[in-house]
Amino acid sequence: MSDQHASESAGSPVVVNNNTVDAVVAVILFVIGVVVIFEARRLGAGWADDGPGAGYFPFYIGIILCISSLGIFYQSTASKARDTDAFVDREQLGRVVSVLVPAAVYILGIKFLGIYVASAIYIALFMIVLGKYSYVKSVLLAIIVNTVFFMMFEVWFKVPLFKGTLEPLGFLGY
Amino acid sequence: MEELSALMQGFAVVLTPMNIGLMFVGIILGVLIGVLPGLGGANGVAILLPLTFTMTPTSAIVMLSCIYWGALFGGAITSILFNIPGEPWSVATTFDGYPMAQKGKAGQALTAAFTSSFVGAFVAVVMITFLAPLVAKFALKFGAPEFFAVYLLTFCSFVGMGKGSPFKILVSMTLGFALAAVGMDTVTGQLRLTFGQTELMRGFDFLIAVIGLFGIGEILTSMEEGLQFSGKSARINAKVVWETWKELPKYWVTSVRSSLVGIWMGITPGGATPASFMSYGLAKKMSKRGAKFGTGEIEGVIAPETAAHAAGTSALLPMLALGIPGSPTAAVLLGGLLIWGLQPGPLLFVEQKDFVWGLIASMYLGNLVGLIVVLSTVPLFASILRIPFSIIAPVIIVICAIGAYTVHSAMLDIWFMLGFGIVGYVFKKLNYPLAPLVLALVLGDKAEDSFRQAMLVSQGDLMIMWANPLVGSITTLGLLMLFWPLISKVLSVIRPPKPKEFSEEQPVD
Repeated sequence: MSDQHASESAGSPVVVNNNTVDAVVAVILFVIGVVVIFEARRLGAGWADDGPGAGYFPFYIGIILCISSLGIFYQSTASKARDTDAFVDREQLGRVVSVLVPAAVYILGIKFLGIYVASAIYIALFMIVLGKYSYVKSVLLAIIVNTVFFMMFEVWFKVPLFKGTLEPLGFLGY
Repeated sequence: MEELSALMQGFAVVLTPMNIGLMFVGIILGVLIGVLPGLGGANGVAILLPLTFTMTPTSAIVMLSCIYWGALFGGAITSILFNIPGEPWSVATTFDGYPMAQKGKAGQALTAAFTSSFVGAFVAVVMITFLAPLVAKFALKFGAPEFFAVYLLTFCSFVGMGKGSPFKILVSMTLGFALAAVGMDTVTGQLRLTFGQTELMRGFDFLIAVIGLFGIGEILTSMEEGLQFSGKSARINAKVVWETWKELPKYWVTSVRSSLVGIWMGITPGGATPASFMSYGLAKKMSKRGAKFGTGEIEGVIAPETAAHAAGTSALLPMLALGIPGSPTAAVLLGGLLIWGLQPGPLLFVEQKDFVWGLIASMYLGNLVGLIVVLSTVPLFASILRIPFSIIAPVIIVICAIGAYTVHSAMLDIWFMLGFGIVGYVFKKLNYPLAPLVLALVLGDKAEDSFRQAMLVSQGDLMIMWANPLVGSITTLGLLMLFWPLISKVLSVIRPPKPKEFSEEQPVD
């Protein structure tokens, strides 16, 4: 489906093609495979005194991972049937990054502000910046949503969530 | 009829006001999850799993399995009204469901979809009722080699039955196994692949992976396409339902065929998505009106919906009887069983009769409740889809973060979730299947344990996998599946196949 869409929005310049990403991912997977193999050998991939060592099974997993990633690398670089469709164009990449980066900042915020406060700020800013909603509407909705979460987790189901190192909601006593 | 009396017992367990209430809550949450982009059966259940820790296992599984049924129902709503499949298994429903809605027959399409979902699930539950105890009884005789052979068959079937590059299926699977190995080794107590990081001792929880891969990954893909919802409105009233119901028995052949396809694909880990495509393809080929498929044929809605639900339900059979889930969602439910202190597998039928039969009874009731709920509340759920994406997206990311945190109350897990989200986005775009990764992550330790035990018995001799006819035939079947892409290539060189028109479009689950 994504292929169809790529052809629809052909107006935006393509950043990278599928086969390039495929090859890069294959290389990363190969490295992971090698790491697994080395770690397995360190743990003992052979036969210990009392049976197969801790690295016995991971060793073979690593080998299959390496072989398969080589296969993908071949398919994406040398094979005639390689998929040269657009992986992502500039507009799409922009949209994805506009979600991904705030999400990372949000998770960083959770560490200090706790889940409820960070979530409220995140939802409000997301609505204002990306959704072009009015400030009042955004802030109100963000507070309502998080109050519901607070009631659900802390009060009804009694599952305490992370309050953050700064504990901005400490005054509530939960 | 030992099963019937056990089933009655199960109904008695489930029919408490509390459980009925949870059933409704579960179905409504499930439909909501099925309708919203970014939340699906697997990650929806994963996020809500921690909420059930304080309940009794039976109440918990009743609610969670109802969420699953609800999600299966919910996918159809978005497919038919908005031409957006809320779940991968409802992609095939859009082919004829949306054209029907365009013609103003949305009510009929929805009624047909829900009713056939119910029929598919019902046939599958009847099958589970009678088959699961037999399989469990049979599996009680299994030793470590037999179990490893079944694991082998499960994973190799992904390669044999999946479409797309077999290498990618293998990579997805081995990556899952590698991630499962991180943390403390269950046998020797050694730390594996932690590189001295104490936080990694816990390992990667598959719930985090599910929430990231399916939840965040889905949000990223939807965001990329810049979703604009424009839907048809639907009004379902008793008259439309009744008229459609009168018409449905005409298509009983399609229903029966689709149910069987679904059951087969559900028990073997083909999953609901390929089942729905295969069933649609078969119906198109065999129906008298096959040429008109794609323009709004009611049969084109019945076939994929019946199969998807039958497959989704049957996926619970291997989970209950063998402890090997047939789909990512079944895997999450299995993870739940472990957390509640129940050991899934053949012994469950001996030791936890109340639980097992309660669950099976709740499948009957849950689907009935589901049918009633969805038929009566479609307009409500359709209106949820009209909420703009820029409100839904941050809320879903928040829900995912909360879900990831509650699993172990660990901050690091939220970062892992984001990481898995990026992996899910890239893998989805490159057509890597995600289901093998999740199943390998869930079953990694158990598959490894049974492999080690088998090797211990035979002192490292692989021939133990062919030690008796049973284990030998399962192993051989597994290897046949593993090398099927090669075998079929060789076969096609010897004897060129007829061009298949439909199977090309069939994606990997």
